[in-house]
Amino acid sequence: MPLTRRRRVIPGFGLTMGFTLFYLSFILLIPVGGLLLYTSMMSWEDFWQAVSHPQVVASYKLSFGASLIGATINLVFGALVAWVLVRYRFPGKKLIDALVDLPFALPTAVAGIALVTLYASSGWVGQYLQVAGIKVAYTQLGVVVALTYIGLPFVVRTVQPVLEDLEAEREEASASLGASRFTTIRRVILPSLLPALMTGYALAFARAVGEYGSVVFISGNMPYRTEITPLLIVSKAEQFDYHGAAAIGTVMLLAAFALLLLINGLQWWTSRRGL
Amino acid sequence: MNISLRHTLIGGLATLFVASASAAQIELLNVSYDPTREFYREYNAAFSQHWLELNGDEVKVRQSHGGSGSQARAVIDGLDADVVTLALAYDVDALRQQAQLIPENWQSRLPDNSSPYTSTIVLLVRKGNPKDIRDWDDLVRDDVAVITPNPKTSGGARWNYLAAWGYALKKFAGDEDKTYQFISKVFQNVPVLDSGARGATNTFVQRGLGDVLIAWENEAILSVEQLGKGEFEIVVPSVSILAEPPVTVVDKNVDRKGTREVAEAYLQYLYSDEAQRLAAKHYYRPANPTIGEEFAASFPQVQLFRIDDVFGGWQKAQDTHFNDGGKFDSILEAISRR
Repeated sequence: MPLTRRRRVIPGFGLTMGFTLFYLSFILLIPVGGLLLYTSMMSWEDFWQAVSHPQVVASYKLSFGASLIGATINLVFGALVAWVLVRYRFPGKKLIDALVDLPFALPTAVAGIALVTLYASSGWVGQYLQVAGIKVAYTQLGVVVALTYIGLPFVVRTVQPVLEDLEAEREEASASLGASRFTTIRRVILPSLLPALMTGYALAFARAVGEYGSVVFISGNMPYRTEITPLLIVSKAEQFDYHGAAAIGTVMLLAAFALLLLINGLQWWTSRRGL
Repeated sequence: MNISLRHTLIGGLATLFVASASAAQIELLNVSYDPTREFYREYNAAFSQHWLELNGDEVKVRQSHGGSGSQARAVIDGLDADVVTLALAYDVDALRQQAQLIPENWQSRLPDNSSPYTSTIVLLVRKGNPKDIRDWDDLVRDDVAVITPNPKTSGGARWNYLAAWGYALKKFAGDEDKTYQFISKVFQNVPVLDSGARGATNTFVQRGLGDVLIAWENEAILSVEQLGKGEFEIVVPSVSILAEPPVTVVDKNVDRKGTREVAEAYLQYLYSDEAQRLAAKHYYRPANPTIGEEFAASFPQVQLFRIDDVFGGWQKAQDTHFNDGGKFDSILEAISRR
């Protein structure tokens, strides 16, 4: 390993790196460390009892399951939205482009109340769905709807810039070399988009797992059925059971971390394989 | 670096001195729960006027509202409240248990269990009472959907649960098993468990879900008067609980800030005729029976029981019913297996 110092175009590596470390510790590591420390003060039996109660387990299934479904829906339709926004010109395009960010800006409680107003059996959409026998508000489906809503911008915003860099000429070249449309999508477009898609998917998923504000309004919060894990954490804290709350928080943290690693691993694997 | 640090410190200290020197105007922070917002807005103005006439000092009372439990947690974690006015004694007592902010005898320092105004739990039904709901007994009927928030996350919901429990205990002459069955049946009829009382009111009023809402009397009257005049009716059950939302000075905070005198006066003035009338105006039952008479028309007679008499106090009720592994948990578990 050569020990010569490489000169960089822009100076200040030491300073910026120092700041980065400080900033990350302050904003991220200390709160997470506190959570883990709080949990580590529990005995193993207490911890296990807190995190393996059937009610808590039911909430994991809902929280992670609904988040995965929501993120998957966003993966497909977010990519479609990004495609439309990049590849076509149409009136109102700027407006639609701006609308995509709405779930970022709107308070999640407002979103939750708006969704439940729409989808309740007395709501604009809900009354017609009820005729068809579909119930959204106060069911697990409602949780999926809320989590899909809040995750929408992530896939769109990660795929958009990559798609903008992807020249349409490559598709034309592929077509002129005799590839079918399907082959062009599969062999030319998807491989370049895949990393961005995976990143967006992971972000949408991570955001959904932690979501609280919008879901509690539409889910109905019935224990064992429509109760998400963050709500259980709140209800533990309400009993001043901070350890129990921290324990469940730790499980969520570790599970989310493991799933994100898995998604990242998948991304690395696909990019190496070149699909 | 050193010099600039010193300057910063001096600057900070100077600001502190200036701030305390110019504080001819006294500031109090009242940390309360959600539905008292309108009442305290009026009361604060009345008290400021009173204190100005009495001492010539101006008092500015800031108010903070939220779920009772989370407000208590905020004070425990360091929110600088001079007084707390919460929904249930359990949340106030947490200030003592978790952080020793108040002494053990806090609830006996003011008259009426430190509750200058009370309320009770009533039933709110839709116009014309289509399901003919008259009392707690009707809540276990198969054709009735009941809306109440989750006792795990809502202090108000705990009053609801205890009111129904107290009724059933009386009905079954103290038979705990039958009472438990009765409450289980009520919760089998609950389609949605909102996290807070206002959320449950919204579910019932705005979403049109359920046939009956279990609610605080003041919230129920508010719904009838403001949310939809003529759309709802209040059904007063034969027996209900005396809901006592207690108030206290936060000793550690007022002693540090030197606001004890005015903070205590602020709470004592809640018992004055003027404040009692204000409370009644905002649909709380005044503690003073004479003022109560004046408003007798708004508050129907109910046979009320106290939590101390039936459940042995909040701490015990919380342990038996609402903490993890308590009766409420086992009710939910049984329902989920059906």
